[in-house]
Amino acid sequence: MTRFAAWAALILGLIYFILPLYGMAEFSLRMRRGVYSLDAYSAVLTDPAFQATFGFSVIMALFTIVFGVFLVVPTAYWVRLRMPELRPYVEFITLLPLVIPAIVIVFGYIRLYNTSSWLPLTGTATGTNILLMFGYATLSLPYMYRAVDTGLRTIDVATLTEAAQSLGAGWGTILGRVILPNVLAAVLSGAFLTFAIVIGEFTMAALLDRPAFGPYMQLLGANRAYEPAALAVIAFAITWACMGLIQLVTRFSKHTRAQQT
Amino acid sequence: MPFLTIDHLEKSFGTNRVVKDFNLGIEKGEFVSLLGPSGCGKTTVLRMVAGFETPTAGEIRIDGQNVTGLRPNQRQIGMVFQAYALFPNLTVAQNVGFGLKIAGVARDVADARVTEMLRLIGLSDLGARYPFQLSGGQQQRVALARALAPRPRVLLLDEPLSALDAKIRVSLRTEIREIQRELGITTIFVTHDQEEALSMSDRIVVMNGGIADQVGTPFEVYNRPTTRFVAGFVGTLNLIEGVANGDGRVTLGDNLVTPFDPVTAQKGGPVTMALRPEAVWLGRADGRDVVLPATVSEVHFMGSVIRIKAMAAGTSFSLDTFNRADTPPPAIGAATEISFAARDLIVLT
Repeated sequence: MTRFAAWAALILGLIYFILPLYGMAEFSLRMRRGVYSLDAYSAVLTDPAFQATFGFSVIMALFTIVFGVFLVVPTAYWVRLRMPELRPYVEFITLLPLVIPAIVIVFGYIRLYNTSSWLPLTGTATGTNILLMFGYATLSLPYMYRAVDTGLRTIDVATLTEAAQSLGAGWGTILGRVILPNVLAAVLSGAFLTFAIVIGEFTMAALLDRPAFGPYMQLLGANRAYEPAALAVIAFAITWACMGLIQLVTRFSKHTRAQQT
Repeated sequence: MPFLTIDHLEKSFGTNRVVKDFNLGIEKGEFVSLLGPSGCGKTTVLRMVAGFETPTAGEIRIDGQNVTGLRPNQRQIGMVFQAYALFPNLTVAQNVGFGLKIAGVARDVADARVTEMLRLIGLSDLGARYPFQLSGGQQQRVALARALAPRPRVLLLDEPLSALDAKIRVSLRTEIREIQRELGITTIFVTHDQEEALSMSDRIVVMNGGIADQVGTPFEVYNRPTTRFVAGFVGTLNLIEGVANGDGRVTLGDNLVTPFDPVTAQKGGPVTMALRPEAVWLGRADGRDVVLPATVSEVHFMGSVIRIKAMAAGTSFSLDTFNRADTPPPAIGAATEISFAARDLIVLT
C-alpha cells in the first residue's frame, strides 16, 4: 500500500510538471494547420531579432560569469580562510537578492547612476550594459556564492594554502593554481546557473532598455501565437542543457573523483 | 652560533599565553623533536617558525637572518603536514615540482630534481598518478619530496605520521630519518608520540604548558628526566615517595638508599623519586641493592614482555620481565620480592 502511494505521488508529480510542458511543446508544433511541423521554431531561429537578443544575452552572461568568479571566489576563499566568524553575515548578504525584487534593485541603479548623477552610467549604452552586468551578478550571487562555498568545503582550504605558501607561492598563485582548479566543478556549476538566470531575465533588461533575450520573449509572447511556445521550449532546452553540463562537469572532475575514493 | 635560533619566543591568543619564553638553538643538520601533549604549544612554535603565526614577542633567526617578520613564502622553509596537503588537481610529479615552478627554476633542471626526489622516496614509477590514487604512506612520502625539492633551509614536520597506521608509521619514520641524514637538512619534528621522538631525534624538547621543560638527547630525556612532568610523559615510570635522611640518602621502607642524583631535601623532608619499570626486578638479583617484600596485584601478558604490578613499601611498582617459556608469570596475590639498584632512582624536582 505504501509502495503504491509512493508511486501514485511520483506519477502525480510528474504529470503536474510534464503535462504543461508537453502541452506547450505540442502547441509549438501546430503552426501549420492539420500537421505537426517545426515552422514555429524555424520562424524564431531565423528571426534577426532572436539572433541579436540571444547573442546579446550570451555575451552579457559570459561577462557576468567572469565578474562573478572574480568577485565570489576570492571573497568566499578569504571568508573561509581568515574570517569564518563573518560567514553568516556574508551568507545573509548573498541571499538578499532572493528577497529584494529585481525591480527595486534596478530602480535603485537608475536613481544612483542616471545621467545627472555623479557616475552617469545610464548615459551611454556601454555604461548601461555595465550596470546590467552588475545587476545580473547581484541576481546570481546567491547561487554562485553557494556553489563556490560548497566547493571550498570539500577541500582543506587552510592546509592547502599553507602548503602552497611554504613552497613559496603568493596569494595570486595560491588562488589561481591551487584553490580555483580544485573548486572548478563548483565554479562551473555556479557559472551555468548564472547563464540560465541571465538568459531568462526580463525586469532589469527591460527597465534599463537593453536588447536582451528576456524582453524579446515577452514581446514575442504579446504579439504571436505559436512562436512564444517554441521560444519557451528553446529556453527550457537551454536551461536543461546547463543543468546537464553541471552534472557532466561534476562527474568528470578529477577532484570529485578524489573525494569519492 | 646555532643555524636556527629561537629567542624568547612568546605567543598569546587573546588572554591565553600558549608559548612562554621559549628558547632553542638548533645546529645545522640537526633533527630536533618538539614533544608534548595536546595544547602544550609545540605546533604553535612550529607554525611561528614557518611564518603561519606571528609571535607576540621574541625572535627567530635562520642562518643569521632574522625571519620573524617575513611571510611564509619568503622563508625558504619546507613543511610536511599531518593531513598530507597534496594538491588534488596535480599529479605526483607536478606536486613535487610545484615549489620549483614557483621559484622559476628552468624546466629541465626542475624535471631532473623531481626525478631525483621521486627516486629518493622510492616512487619513481608513480609520477603520473594523482594523490587520490596513492596510499596514505605514499602520499606522505610525496609530501616530503615536495617539501624537499626546492632545497629549503629548514624542514618542518608537523605530526606527519599521525594519520598513518602503526606498521607504516614505523617504516616511514626510519625512511624520514634516513632521508634527513642523507640530505643533512636541519629539521624540526612535532609529535606527541614519545616513541617517535625517542627513536628519530638528535635532541628532544619536551614541552609543557607553553614552556620547554627539558631539552636533551633521547638518552638524557629518558634516563635523566629533570622534572616530574618529563618523567611522567616520556615512558612509563614508578613514582616512589621516600624521606630524606639529611646526608644524601633516602629512607625507603626498611632500606636506606643513595640515589644517583643529589638529594637536596632537608632531613625528614619528602623526596619523590622515579624508577623505570625495566629497572625493577622480580625477586633478588646481582647488583640490585634495594630489596622490598611485595605482593603481585596485576599481571599483563604482552607476548615477549610481561608487565607486572606489585605493591611494596606502600607503592604500586610496575615492572617488566621478558617472557620465558619455562617460567610462567606469577599469580595475582602471590607474595614475592622486588629489587632494584639505588643508582637507578631518579630524584624529581
